[in-house]
Amino acid sequence: MEIAIAIILGACALGAGVAMIAGIGPGIGEGYAVGRACEIIGRQPECKGQVTSTMLMGCAIAETTGLYALIIAILLIFVAPGIFVNILKNALI
Amino acid sequence: MKNMKSKLVDILFLCMTVLPFAAGIVLRVLFRPLTEGVTVTGAQIYFTVPMPIQDLPVTEAQVNSLLVVLSLTGLCLFLTHGVTKIPHSRRQLLAEMLVEKVQELTDSNMGPRFSGFAPFVAAILALSAFSSLSSMLGLFSPTSDLNIVAGWALLVFILITYYKTRGGIGNYLREFTKPVVVLTPVNIIGEVATPLSMTLRHYGNILSGMVISTMLSVGLSGLSRLIFGWLPGAFGQFPFFEIGIPAVFSIYFDIFSGCLQAFIFAMLTMIYISNGFPGEAYEARMKRKSERIARRKQRQAEKTGVA
Repeated sequence: MEIAIAIILGACALGAGVAMIAGIGPGIGEGYAVGRACEIIGRQPECKGQVTSTMLMGCAIAETTGLYALIIAILLIFVAPGIFVNILKNALI
Repeated sequence: MKNMKSKLVDILFLCMTVLPFAAGIVLRVLFRPLTEGVTVTGAQIYFTVPMPIQDLPVTEAQVNSLLVVLSLTGLCLFLTHGVTKIPHSRRQLLAEMLVEKVQELTDSNMGPRFSGFAPFVAAILALSAFSSLSSMLGLFSPTSDLNIVAGWALLVFILITYYKTRGGIGNYLREFTKPVVVLTPVNIIGEVATPLSMTLRHYGNILSGMVISTMLSVGLSGLSRLIFGWLPGAFGQFPFFEIGIPAVFSIYFDIFSGCLQAFIFAMLTMIYISNGFPGEAYEARMKRKSERIARRKQRQAEKTGVA
């Protein structure tokens, strides 16, 4: 029983860690967007405001995929262990 | 005498702005169970209302979001109290500036047809920003609960669908089969993904900020106990690192992230509504409708003429 619970907890933690690999994608994407925005501000300083607001908007949308992974990870850490342990206990009784 | 009365009303409105947050703090202190250490939990359930199918829990998030609405109402009443045609108070100038900014934002993003949307956009913006910023007062921020944000996204989705069907139901259904019929399932998934992604984006950002700042304060208190633990008495237990450092991170996670997400939610609302509106189909439908009405009128006139 204890070993089974330990396996559940460990697997949940590992799953959360693996899920957060998805953080790479938005990181690269946002970095690219911000780099290009800096380039354009350097070339045309007068349109700084517009470029900044568009960039923030785009970054926030690009972040969505990372946030999906984050929500999965948070669910795996805080919610899933309890549910799985309950299922296991109900199955054994 | 009149001045006195106006001041009194002002104070009343200011109380209406501030007191809901105080009430929220009092409720939180009263209902929070005493626990050792720090836990990351969802919203506290204050009480449950028995319902036929499933009990309805009234949670901290719902209560706090209603308190934010109350506070915003008080703020609006305060800002617009004693408005004159020629502004003579700083408060009126501030109110006019806010209205003009939102109107400008709406006009530039949605076009002249939707300029009546400014109050709705301002309401979403203010509600979201105030909800996120209420976590600065130690309240449970309503936006870190999935249900609240899902409710807003559902409302926006209904609006989007309403404006998409303005060009006729047939036109709305035909849009799914474009560019080719094979892509219909993908289009349907894309339609459903709109409110889902809006919800999860807002919720995930605020929740991640909350979780990270909680973990940071726990980690810092552990670190200070590790380093200053040898000091005698109360000094050994005092978390020196927790002074100031979490506040710096809170600037990003609470203030910047909260305001940015509010802006993005409002921006996406505007863009989805104005992009989903089928302009040409709507014009054609209105033209057909007016022609039909004209024909019916003509027929009636002929009938009465014959009779």
